Amino acid sequence: MIEVKNLYKSFLQKEVLKDVSITFQEGKVNFIIGRSGSGKSVLTKCIVGLLNPNKGEVEYDGASFTQMDRIEKQEIRKKIGMLFQGSALFDSMSVIQNVMFPLSMFTDLSEGEKKDRAMDTLERVELQESADLLPASLSGGMMKRVGIARALSMKPRFLFCDEPNSGLDPQTSIIIDNLIKDLTYELNMTTVVISHDLNSVLEIGDRINFIHEGQVEWKGDRKDIMFSDVESLNRFVFASNLMKKLR
Amino acid sequence: MKTLHTIGEYTLLLGRLFSKPEKFSVYWKQVISELDKIGVQSIGIVALLSIFMGGVITLQTASNIDSAWIPTYTIGFAARQSVILEFSPTLISLILAGKVGSNIASEIGTMRISEQIDALDIMGVNSAAYLILPKVLASLFIFPFLIIISMFLAMLAGGFFGKAAGLITLVDYIYGIQFDFKIFSVIYALIKTVVFAFIITTVSCYFGYYTKGGALQVGESSTKAVVFSSVYILIANYFLTQLLLL
Repeated sequence: MIEVKNLYKSFLQKEVLKDVSITFQEGKVNFIIGRSGSGKSVLTKCIVGLLNPNKGEVEYDGASFTQMDRIEKQEIRKKIGMLFQGSALFDSMSVIQNVMFPLSMFTDLSEGEKKDRAMDTLERVELQESADLLPASLSGGMMKRVGIARALSMKPRFLFCDEPNSGLDPQTSIIIDNLIKDLTYELNMTTVVISHDLNSVLEIGDRINFIHEGQVEWKGDRKDIMFSDVESLNRFVFASNLMKKLR
Repeated sequence: MKTLHTIGEYTLLLGRLFSKPEKFSVYWKQVISELDKIGVQSIGIVALLSIFMGGVITLQTASNIDSAWIPTYTIGFAARQSVILEFSPTLISLILAGKVGSNIASEIGTMRISEQIDALDIMGVNSAAYLILPKVLASLFIFPFLIIISMFLAMLAGGFFGKAAGLITLVDYIYGIQFDFKIFSVIYALIKTVVFAFIITTVSCYFGYYTKGGALQVGESSTKAVVFSSVYILIANYFLTQLLLL
């Protein structure tokens, strides 16, 4: 479980996060949604420690991440997997080398064992055939799947996915969504998905946190999201003509 | 204020390099790979420059010595002094600042803007040490070899060009090369080279590592890396010469 308590973050005079408190539950797909510029990415960077908040706390399984020194943070980070918006694959390494990288860095497994484990993970995302390809020769959807495989190679307790569907066609998006959902339940991870893709939210979101202008304005599950009386959320959800008609 | 901020950021980045590596074997592989990228792949340009530089120095020296009172072996002597003391360590380092520096800054800068460095950080890898330390170690090790190759080729080419132009015999040239030779000249050149290697890699890594934005900013980082490395090399060259030779 990840707990965010009264988090504040500002850049110069601009306050980006204002008193954000969220609990991300274990074994569930937790969403952070909101418009572009609402503070989703800054919140995620504060949670994973890429940015230091001005005030507030982030706890991983009850341990205060914000109070830890660099070495302690590195230990927690070994339990974190992250899928980046642009996949962030190491372009000088092949697919299997990307997946093996965390294993090479943090385990004493033999080369054969690392390869077997990486192949198992690649099989899970149905990319065993592409193991020797370089990231530059993969499609967007394949790159996301390699990103997921790399994030999962260390069997993380916490999985972060930043805009997992950006740039993907609707069918591939659903494949990625279902992969994230299945892996979350199977490995009992605390999964946090940052997205503004409403299809994904309605497809796999167990717990949804809506952020507007740096504040959490609504929390709930996917069944409730259509029936909220929060004006900013309704503007976000029913932005398209199709959704307006559905409403 | 901005200069102080930059110096502080650069110092902190250097501080992060010298923490215990997560896995020595992975770092070692990186060092070997960097030796190839920084060193072996630079041999061609170093050799080309050195050959023509050595040739031109010999021809220019010969063309300026027209007094019968000055022995012809002076051409070899002057060429050796110029090559060892200045041309090889400084000029080749400036060229390497362009080739290696821009390559390092654009590689790390691209990794920054495509979130690859964030990915390393989130995995718990010390990204600064993983990306920069192998480059620094590799360049500190390989640059002196490149400079020794450069000195050798420049002096060899000087003799060849001088003889081909009919300005000096090989016997005189070789005598001049050996005349009043002090091994400290080479040590001085290698000390300079090591300092320049450190400047080129750390300054270029710094600009790459703190790139913000997109492709345009990667280009800017690359340019800044070359410009600042070159300026710092020239400044360091002045102080090292004063410190070691005078």
